[in-house]
Amino acid sequence: MDSVLRLEHIGKKYGSKVALRDVSFEIEPGRIVGLLGTNGSGKSTLMKIAAGLVQPTEGEASVCGTPVGTNSKGLVSFMPDRPLTEPWMRVRDAVAFYRDFYADFDSAKANDMLQFLKLDLGERISTLSKGMNERLQLTLALSRAARLYLLDEPIGGVDPVARGKILDAILEFYDENSSLIVSTHLVKDIERIFDEVIFIRDGQIVMREEVEGLRMTAGKSVDEMFKEVYAE
Amino acid sequence: MSIEFDNNLPIYLQIMNYIKRQIVSGSLTPGDKIPSVRELAAELQINPNTVQRTFQELEREGIVETRRGLGRFVTSEESKIMEIKKEMAGELLDKFVQGMKELGFGKDDIVSIVTEAVETEFKEQERKSFG
Repeated sequence: MDSVLRLEHIGKKYGSKVALRDVSFEIEPGRIVGLLGTNGSGKSTLMKIAAGLVQPTEGEASVCGTPVGTNSKGLVSFMPDRPLTEPWMRVRDAVAFYRDFYADFDSAKANDMLQFLKLDLGERISTLSKGMNERLQLTLALSRAARLYLLDEPIGGVDPVARGKILDAILEFYDENSSLIVSTHLVKDIERIFDEVIFIRDGQIVMREEVEGLRMTAGKSVDEMFKEVYAE
Repeated sequence: MSIEFDNNLPIYLQIMNYIKRQIVSGSLTPGDKIPSVRELAAELQINPNTVQRTFQELEREGIVETRRGLGRFVTSEESKIMEIKKEMAGELLDKFVQGMKELGFGKDDIVSIVTEAVETEFKEQERKSFG
């Protein structure tokens, strides 16, 4: 089967600063992949390149065989680490905004998710807590019928209980025929939802492992591996 | 359902053991329907492919069977369930005997200690049930 995402020798420089260096990998359909790295390792840049929001300096990226660009945007749903909604909006407006903007937006699914995540349509986005805002962004991202979902730090600012709720929502509402890449540095709470993990450090891929294989052969959790790889 | 996972061990083995324990303890009885991959994945907050693998292994062992269009069910074969019980008992015993050997007990000592412990335990139970 064709891969959902293919990256070939991707490099990215911001001025003279190297953000990514020769990154190549493929993601198959139906996978939940953890993109793990500490802050500043290049996770977000990589996600944005896959989403078509940042141009790589070198290399090729494609989604389901389509080169990343205008044509790939219908295939990819991106949950940014910072909200794209405007402060004047209420939850209802944000949903309507996405519905108008994306032909593949499923309003019924969005309503189910909002209910599941206990978000009120009438609430002002400016008054939402960080955790509630993440729930809203997750709803907006997963309510699109995409082939590839990119969730950039979906559990960054929430407490452990709320994290559980977000994981619940991901597993409850994700589409099993598509693939999901979740970037995070909070490995322990989330490692059990991954099929495989990709470790990125200083803009380079340093390891890629099937998580059950890692537990089986090394007797290690992803969290332990993460601490080993990133030990200073 | 609730289960404390150890992230250092394969998750599918832990879910297999968990389901086996439920069968042995009677929380799941022969012929019971078990949750779908999706339901169990969401409930345990586990990767769906891991749950899928768990079910495949349980099927391979004959503990769970798929009925087309209906879902997965606990086997109705009592002999299978007895097999699981024996397997789990074997694991407990191995661990126990190993532990006792490490403590320096010999064969006869272990037997007498076990006999005594079992007698005390059952006497206690009888005393309670007679009030």
